[in-house]
Amino acid sequence: MTLIPHPPQRALPLHREMERVWSRPPGLKGFLTSVNHSEIGLRFMALAGIYFGIGGILAMLIRTQLATPQGAFLDTALYNQIFTMHGSIMMFLFAIPMLEGLSMYLLPKMLGTRDMAFPRLSAFGWWCYLFGGLILLVALAAGMAPDGGWFMYTPLSSRTYTPGVNADVWLLGVTFVEISAIAAAVEITVTILRLRAPGMRLTQMPLFAWYMLGTSAMMLAGFPPLILGSVLLELERAFDWPFFDVARGGDSLLWQHLFWLFGHPEVYIIFLPAAGAISTILPVMCRTRILGYEAIVAAIVGLVFLSFGLWVHHMFTVGIPQMALAFFSAASTLVAVPTAVQIFAWTGTMWKGTPRLSLPMLHLLAFFATFVLGGLTGVMLAVVPFNWQAHDTAFVTAHLHYVLIGGFVFPMMAAAVYWLPLMSGRVRVRGVGEVAFALIFIGFHGTFLIMHLTGLLGMPRRIPVYPDNPEWALPNLISTLFSFMMSIGFVLFALDLLLHALFGRRSTRDPWQANTLEWKMALPVPSYNIAALPVSTDITAVSLARGEGALPGAPRGRREVLAVSSLDGKAQHVAVLPGNTLLPVVTAAMVGVFVLLMLFGAYILACTAMLGVLVCGWTWHRFGRDLRPARIEITPGQTLPDQTGVEGSLTRSGMIALIIADASLFGSFLFALGFLSVIAPGWPPPDSGLGLGALLLGGVALGALAVASGLARWSRGPLPGALAGVLALVAVLGVALLLDDPTRHARDALRAAATGYAALHIGIGVLLALIARTRAPATAAASRSIWRLWQDFTLITVAILTLLVVAQEVLS
Amino acid sequence: MLAGCDGALSTLAPRGPEAEAIATLWWIMLAGSMAISLMMFALLGLAFRKNRRPLSDRFWTHGMGLGFSFTILSVLLAAAIITGDRLIARHQSASVRVEAIASQWQWRFVQPGPDGAPVETQGRLYIPAGVPVEVFIRSEDVIHSFWVPTLAGKLDAIPGHENRLRFEASEPGVYQGRSAEFSGVGYADMLFEVLAYPPDDVPAQFTNRGESAPAAQAGEPDE
Ligand code: HEM
Ligand SMILES: [Cu+2]
Ligand SMILES: [Cu+2]
Repeated sequence: MTLIPHPPQRALPLHREMERVWSRPPGLKGFLTSVNHSEIGLRFMALAGIYFGIGGILAMLIRTQLATPQGAFLDTALYNQIFTMHGSIMMFLFAIPMLEGLSMYLLPKMLGTRDMAFPRLSAFGWWCYLFGGLILLVALAAGMAPDGGWFMYTPLSSRTYTPGVNADVWLLGVTFVEISAIAAAVEITVTILRLRAPGMRLTQMPLFAWYMLGTSAMMLAGFPPLILGSVLLELERAFDWPFFDVARGGDSLLWQHLFWLFGHPEVYIIFLPAAGAISTILPVMCRTRILGYEAIVAAIVGLVFLSFGLWVHHMFTVGIPQMALAFFSAASTLVAVPTAVQIFAWTGTMWKGTPRLSLPMLHLLAFFATFVLGGLTGVMLAVVPFNWQAHDTAFVTAHLHYVLIGGFVFPMMAAAVYWLPLMSGRVRVRGVGEVAFALIFIGFHGTFLIMHLTGLLGMPRRIPVYPDNPEWALPNLISTLFSFMMSIGFVLFALDLLLHALFGRRSTRDPWQANTLEWKMALPVPSYNIAALPVSTDITAVSLARGEGALPGAPRGRREVLAVSSLDGKAQHVAVLPGNTLLPVVTAAMVGVFVLLMLFGAYILACTAMLGVLVCGWTWHRFGRDLRPARIEITPGQTLPDQTGVEGSLTRSGMIALIIADASLFGSFLFALGFLSVIAPGWPPPDSGLGLGALLLGGVALGALAVASGLARWSRGPLPGALAGVLALVAVLGVALLLDDPTRHARDALRAAATGYAALHIGIGVLLALIARTRAPATAAASRSIWRLWQDFTLITVAILTLLVVAQEVLS
Repeated sequence: MLAGCDGALSTLAPRGPEAEAIATLWWIMLAGSMAISLMMFALLGLAFRKNRRPLSDRFWTHGMGLGFSFTILSVLLAAAIITGDRLIARHQSASVRVEAIASQWQWRFVQPGPDGAPVETQGRLYIPAGVPVEVFIRSEDVIHSFWVPTLAGKLDAIPGHENRLRFEASEPGVYQGRSAEFSGVGYADMLFEVLAYPPDDVPAQFTNRGESAPAAQAGEPDE
């Protein structure tokens, strides 16, 4: 089906009509209520920039301390906080939010739509990020910051060896930020799969969208292991449930596995969006098209899968059997192949076109120079015997900064310079940016190249002084001097942005002659992006502004976009998006209060805050309740239904994405269970006191859940379904009362955690059933299908957990 | 060049076969990496030449991206696995066995003395030179890592687990060791040393238990 665009209208009235619907009120009110993707994306990036500055200052403190063997000024306890916070801030509060912000800002524009799929979720994510980050910052200022290194190995981070609140700050603060990341991943996935311009097939997407699809898939699968690990460790710290305590059936290695199950994919989560920016910018800088689109897509898919099979290369020194070493070494080496495919595709692109040396290109060349070296040292570290020597030395510090600064910071700087006109409508003031670039590039290599040698000379990471090793003094001094040069460069870079915003000339449309969709909008980009959704590839900025496309304007006074089928981009229905609301900030604040209460050990009060979160969640769904089914003309002669009554709603896609993340969480839990029962020394556990009663109750819960799942398939099902859910909940709470003391042994703690998991899921199922119940019959099908997904997932997971417990009982 | 590589903790100044094998591996990998980087930089530089011969898309994605990288990596992987195999399996039956016990922030070593009774030393490990030794590494609290860079790679001390490291000091001498896994405020000073003595000349500090050595103390084990 080809769509015929609407006839042109007058651009200005159209603009006014759209602004009325899509913009936000001015001032603080607007700031608190805005859900617009451009604004939230920019806020993400701005805040990430601030955190980069803070992390950078901490880095300079580290470098100053290390300049001389005696260490200048920091005592060890403070030094430990500083490098831990440097690493944690850079990874969790700079890199991840920066890429979320960039993609939130760009994706709807590149895909030809007007906002993200779940605008309120974008805003919620940003507020979570703000509050979670603030918790970490306040702790740093108060001298109570985490101090166990950014990977927080147990048992150093357990209650015995870190009695203070430091580790809790990390666990809760980071989990808070991770929630925001999962939220972002859900909506990035749904936006890419369902909100493209009508007719844009998956295989025609801009490469950046492919990269972000890979990234968000990895976030959905990769963050839950760390969330699980953090929850378990926090449970151990708060309630003494011994998941990691080797004396009671736990194992500190479990933490390492969970952490790196997240930690390795994290590296690619950070790299892929940067690579997406490169694949977008480089061809424009070379006045050509990207070479090897299919090969690159294949490489992305390969990376997404491979990167989940590598995590053990961070653990080569923990004493792993030789066979496993060989396997993970091979996997870690071969993951370089898809990366090489991309690097060579980019090089080929440069050969194909005529590269020009403008500022974004300089940053891209710096990316090549740096990332290639970082990749090579990465391959070296995948070689097990060499890893035994280099692991945990300055060599690794050097490697990781080559990869992170080379593979993320340089491309992000290229992206900033390249896309700034879109954000500000201005062009850069020449000069400062080039100087900044030179200082950063030279400063970076001066700092980190020699650090490889320092590491091979035996300098471990994370030490504040080295009085017995004068041979490390010179290389460290060199690193420190150049690092000051680099920081001056970063300050100049920030200055350049400021000058740009203040004094830049007005930019013409599409200043780089990129001719891609995101440049076909007015500069700076209006709140609604485009007055009409593009229906073909031969469109211009002017034709879009005149409404020549699908769904022009906002004639119904609401925010409308087109939802398409995920593979071939066929227009399916009109999705009405929610507008400005306080709900995101209030919900995030509730979660924040919950986290703070947990930090201060007020666990009962924390439960009430959780209730607040639930109430917010309930309010959340009320949007769209008063929509009445209607058919809407999207292009002349072509009408589509709106989302009411459509089963394949965006929310349903979002629920599927969320369940994928949840399944990863559940899988990690099963991994933990298996790992502890097979590897941990303290097994078999003491006799369990679970009797027939618990078994019966478990059976009742399962039965009730099966009934609820069945009811979810029936239009009158919600009310009885909710009642069945409540019955299941009561039964599970009964099981909880019969459990053995969770502090006795890791097995009992795991069972308690599993019970909690089940109860939470059953409870949410009841809520979803009630939501489906409140909807008018004409619109209930959509919410019922969402409830059904959840109910089925709950049934499956609870059944698996029950079977496992029964198996444990039978086998023991 | 090699003078710059010296240092008590330098992995580039190996004093035993294990560390030597790894150092050799490093130099080979360094040479290979430099060749590859130079090639990459040349390719990038050549992209700026005015009249260059266009190359097919497949040359870049399949030829270089898949073929070239795959070949190099396979060779490297084979070399790595063979070296690793040799390092792990080398001395199946080491005659000297030592227990290394880490705790915040010190190392204790227990091994049979000349008369067969266990001897415990603190901060200094005595081993005969020229003979493979086997160290059983344990921890009493948090995670630590046993590392004598001039002799061998590191291996972690993990609570509840025991790891075995085999290595050999070619010549008699004193070798610096340290913990290599962050363990809290005392981490930086968690040093020890390995004293390799000529096999026929067992040092007095080690035989005369109870007398303390300059940097180390020998004492009865607790039980
Ligand atoms: C701005 C320039 C930067 C400088 C000068 C710098 C410097 C350092 C130094 C000296 C250390 C090692 C401390 C030690 O010996 O333990 C370190 C650790 C680290 N850095 Fe950076 N860094 C910079 C930027 C970044 C960026 C952009 C990232 C990530 C995106 C990053 C991530 C890390 C991580 C994860 C660690 C490990 C922390 C730990 O051991 O727990 N750094 N940095
Ligand atoms: Cu990794
Ligand atoms: Cu790496």
